[in-house]
Amino acid sequence: MVTYIIRRLLATVVLLFFVSAVTFSIFFVVPRIAGSTPETLATRYVGRAATEETVKLTAERLGFYDPVVVQYGRWVKGVVAGTDYDYGAGVEHCPAPCLGYSFITRQPVWPDLLDRMTVTLSLAIGASIIWLLAGVATGVLSALRRGSVFDRAAMGIALGGVSLPIFFTGIVSLVIFSYGLGITAPGGSFTPFTENPAEWAYDLILPWITLAFLFAAAYARLTRAGMLETMNEDYIRTARAKGLKERTVITRHGLRAALTPILTIFGLDVGLLVGGAVLTESTFSLPGLGKYAIDAILNNDLPKVMGVTILAAFFIVIANLIVDLLYAVIDPRVRLG
Amino acid sequence: MAELSRVPTQAIPGQVSRGVAPRGFLELRDLRIHFPTDDGLVRAVDGMSFSLERGRTLGIVGESGSGKSVTSLGILGLHNKRNAKVSGEIWLDGEELVGASPEAVRKLRGKKMAMIFQDPLSAMHPYYSVGYQIIEAYRVHNDVSKGVARKHAVDLLGRVGIPQPAKRVDDYPHQFSGGMRQRAMIAMALSCDPELLIADEPTTALDVTVQAQILDLMRDLQAEFNSALIIITHDLGVVAELSDDILVMYGGKCVESGPAVDVFERPEMPYTWGLLGSMPRLDRVRTERLLPIKGTPPSLINLPSGCAFHPRCAFADRTGGASYTKVPELLALGGGHPVACHLAVAVRRQIWESEIKPKLEAAE
Amino acid sequence: MRRRTVTAVALSTALALGLAACAKAKTDDTTQNTTPAFNAAMGKVFNPSDKKGGTIKFANLGDWDTLDPGETYYGYSWDFLRLYGRSLVMFKPAPGADGLKLVPDLAESLGVPSADAKTWTYKIRQGVKFEDGTPVTSKDVKYAVLRSTDKATFPNGPAYFEQFLNLPAGYQGPYKSKGVDTNSAIETPDENTIVFHLKQPFSGFDYFAMLPQTVPVPEAKDTAAKYKEHVVSSGPYMFEKNEIGKSFSLVRNPNWDQATDPNRKALPDRYEVALNVNADDIDNRLISGDLDVDVVGTGVQPAALGRVLGDPNLKAQADNPTIARLWYTSINPQVKPLDNIDCRKAILYAADRTGYQTAYGGEFSGGQIATTIMPPMIPGYQQFDLYPAGADNKGDVAKAKEALTACGQPNGFETNMAYRAERPREKATAESLQQALARVGIKLTLKPFPQGDYFSQYAGNPPYSRTNKLGLATNGWGADWNDGFGMLSQIVDSRVIRETGGSSNISVRIPQVDQMLDQALAETDVTKREAIWGQIDKRVMEEAVILPGIYAKALLVRGKHLTNVFINESFGYYDYLALGVQ
Repeated sequence: MVTYIIRRLLATVVLLFFVSAVTFSIFFVVPRIAGSTPETLATRYVGRAATEETVKLTAERLGFYDPVVVQYGRWVKGVVAGTDYDYGAGVEHCPAPCLGYSFITRQPVWPDLLDRMTVTLSLAIGASIIWLLAGVATGVLSALRRGSVFDRAAMGIALGGVSLPIFFTGIVSLVIFSYGLGITAPGGSFTPFTENPAEWAYDLILPWITLAFLFAAAYARLTRAGMLETMNEDYIRTARAKGLKERTVITRHGLRAALTPILTIFGLDVGLLVGGAVLTESTFSLPGLGKYAIDAILNNDLPKVMGVTILAAFFIVIANLIVDLLYAVIDPRVRLG
Repeated sequence: MAELSRVPTQAIPGQVSRGVAPRGFLELRDLRIHFPTDDGLVRAVDGMSFSLERGRTLGIVGESGSGKSVTSLGILGLHNKRNAKVSGEIWLDGEELVGASPEAVRKLRGKKMAMIFQDPLSAMHPYYSVGYQIIEAYRVHNDVSKGVARKHAVDLLGRVGIPQPAKRVDDYPHQFSGGMRQRAMIAMALSCDPELLIADEPTTALDVTVQAQILDLMRDLQAEFNSALIIITHDLGVVAELSDDILVMYGGKCVESGPAVDVFERPEMPYTWGLLGSMPRLDRVRTERLLPIKGTPPSLINLPSGCAFHPRCAFADRTGGASYTKVPELLALGGGHPVACHLAVAVRRQIWESEIKPKLEAAE
Repeated sequence: MRRRTVTAVALSTALALGLAACAKAKTDDTTQNTTPAFNAAMGKVFNPSDKKGGTIKFANLGDWDTLDPGETYYGYSWDFLRLYGRSLVMFKPAPGADGLKLVPDLAESLGVPSADAKTWTYKIRQGVKFEDGTPVTSKDVKYAVLRSTDKATFPNGPAYFEQFLNLPAGYQGPYKSKGVDTNSAIETPDENTIVFHLKQPFSGFDYFAMLPQTVPVPEAKDTAAKYKEHVVSSGPYMFEKNEIGKSFSLVRNPNWDQATDPNRKALPDRYEVALNVNADDIDNRLISGDLDVDVVGTGVQPAALGRVLGDPNLKAQADNPTIARLWYTSINPQVKPLDNIDCRKAILYAADRTGYQTAYGGEFSGGQIATTIMPPMIPGYQQFDLYPAGADNKGDVAKAKEALTACGQPNGFETNMAYRAERPREKATAESLQQALARVGIKLTLKPFPQGDYFSQYAGNPPYSRTNKLGLATNGWGADWNDGFGMLSQIVDSRVIRETGGSSNISVRIPQVDQMLDQALAETDVTKREAIWGQIDKRVMEEAVILPGIYAKALLVRGKHLTNVFINESFGYYDYLALGVQ
């Protein structure tokens, strides 16, 4: 197991480099194919009345005159060993991992990412726990009462939850609960957990529930299907034949087996979500990684884009690793390597 | 085939005495298990009656879809009340099960009556160790500590012939070979010393060489525990090894039953003849071809009228048309064992002696 | 995203041309205006009050471009900046035409020019202090202006100072050109006097003095690109917290002295500004009262627009100002057959003006149909229409066909039209023109381009335009401040066009116009100067290289708890300096 983990982590490092290289080249190579020069590239980062001189200075400051490989090498060096940044009136040292400075805000990217990560993590973890519990419970009940009114109603609502986009449910919930009834926090509220846990939860309740609704719906359907399938397995019949109470059969024998694929999907979903819950964060104006990514992309802010991409890739890869490990732990038939 | 020297008992033909406590340890009276479906009513078991004593082995034989497994599941009460309509009586040691509460039946499951399933790989939970599953079976009905239960599990594994049981008790089902796995399943079924043991196709998933070992094991255990044993199979060879009595099922009904010797040496129902003929046997010279029964098993929704076997019976025309219209009753006639067939006793015995038996022996 | 600019509002005569909904500017009657009504904050103060206290909440749907006064280039930022910074002069925080006037802020009076308008002198008020108690001197203003000329460090700000000041050759700003003598450009003979020396005469220098780049910056605390993390305040409020990209808050500056400041009332105790807030959420919150101000001032989103206009109660909470921004289409004479003036005129005659207005959102949210380049509020505006579009304003097909015949293309011709892909209004405009011009046989092929590179690589790149035959291109410009220079200089001066691309001027290359621009800059007489702007406007229109679309309007919603609300006509949105909260 340990060698397996080490191998996977090494592969992760390689993958992250690969992802960063691809992102970097897309940023530069694609416009070059469309015929851009360092100057046209730099015009994005200057004001509207900029002179040619300003454009050239900016292109120079941002390093656009160097070959792409050199620029990438500089970035890698920053990640590994840190870099020195000239902010005009002086030079600041940005320690490793230094993911560069934003082209637009001139702020270092790494502290931003850390800061935003707490928001996205708060959102993702809270919502994921809610949807896991709600979704699985609903799915199990639906499976056990297959065909009943509860089952039909639950699956119907679930269909709605899966189909309704979050920017719709989010805005509507804000209008009803935050501005209409005044029982939840308005958009844009976020209090760090370390500052005030109660406030933190209050601020996030609506985004949690809105996001969880979407996923819970999917998980309810998945769990229901999984349970129905599992409950038809032979070992369930054996369990009953042993004289076990039905409740024990359902939970210890049925649910345990049905949940395994659910948990692995859960791990992957959380991994993806932590990389940036773009729609939820935009709708609720939460300053998380997703919003950061969108703004970075729209503004062509390469260092930010690199930072977010690497981080998101990292989360997804780690989530995959954890899920694989988890599967091996839960299911003794799985052998790693 | 070994000489069976046991007291023969017979299924009670035709007589369904309701409500009266039975004579046998296990007694089925006119058991019917029907499944209402969108396509129609599936009559999986349609009037089964037999009885069984402790220490005796009954072999239930039939093709797939004849209702054998449904019967055994019905005895254990494992049918879903929403899907299945069970009627009739099942008497186990003086207790009637069909009318009993599900909780009462549950308490008997695993304790008084246990089942060994066909495919031990799918019948055991893949995530729990074999020891865990045996311990679980034991602790449901016995209030003991985990340590005591574990010791018991190790003992059982040893008893069923698994080497190094103390080590293997923590292994998972997929870590056992097929034969060992089935032994473990048997150990699990036996954990509470059940008085009735039902084995549903216990050797079908195993190699032929392993089959014999398992069958030996089951015979030894039955003798040791003095349990009533029902073996369900489509393989007459298996049945020949172990059974005291044989019950042939067709279309949800019993069509022939009796002591094993009788059924093998003096079968009177054309279906049984067909079974005997279609059975590959190692102790016979390999024949050029088996003698299969023409046709396919009947649909349990739309059973053929009259005798359910008549579309496949080579002798249906010799019954004067009764096969097509009247359902034959299970009757013991002419000093023989109960048979459900419209052919006159003399006729069918004669057909057996002159037409069928020579063919079978010629194939030898 | 197109940058917002400082704007000016119509003169009363010009406003009279506008739609019925626009109220005539009133400078009297500020007493009883407390009942919500549509446009109640236009031309007068709505809900006047002198009550101090409270926290006022702002939200921005995106990020502030920067809080650093040396670099910020958005009109709303300039409006807001007056809370924490005092420039030499500023627009008077008053409703109506008064708001168009420049009044001294940090300076004691407006600038005193030399006879040739190349030297400007200002006297700084006594007793003004930074938030830490150190007094503000002329050196701090000089330093602030000089640092803003360092375009390597501050590439985004206005470039007027480095263009006009007589800086030493090769000067790169105070960080890189330390110790260089800059007295040729700016002199500080004493602590309270500052003198600017220009390379060429410029009579409108007071507008430069209005720029935030004259907000004093203490050299000892200047951290260049990092200064925006904590700008040292010279105004009534100072920064309490600043989380870049997320939010910031202002609290009272204890070292601000009301006695030195006749312009500010400083009513609220606290300002809270949230950044990157979902745009529809902003509208919902404004309407429900959970938010006081949508700071960007471009108006409500389409979703809320229908609600506000349709509900009389909500409409009474709204104001509909016109801003000094023109949405137009450039007609590029470098692309055949548009090198022929009559072919260009055909386009101007055939265009459907009403369609243009509809494409931009109609009369409330889009704007007023334009026939000139300068919007009505710019001094010097003359009302004329060289290419009348028929009684229904949908184009004069007959005249268009005449023009086509005159240019030798009686059956029309084909050309491409560029627009910015991310802007649905520009797409709608392009489609409207496509339909309108098709009536006379002019076939347009629409070509969307990404807005980030629109000027640098595509429509604004002359070689690309020529090669790809981009005869038409959607365009827009908002004046940096409301005078002819601010409105016209970047869009009709041929000398701002670069072969390498990037200029907003796509189509105007008229040597006579360039001369007239220089003439106006040197003209010290205000009336004469304003007249020249009007003449330039007409001359460019005669050349038929610009198809004016609309003078932009925005539909703004007043926060429920605000006091002292009025539209500052210079900006075209609420005056943030005057607002209080109840």
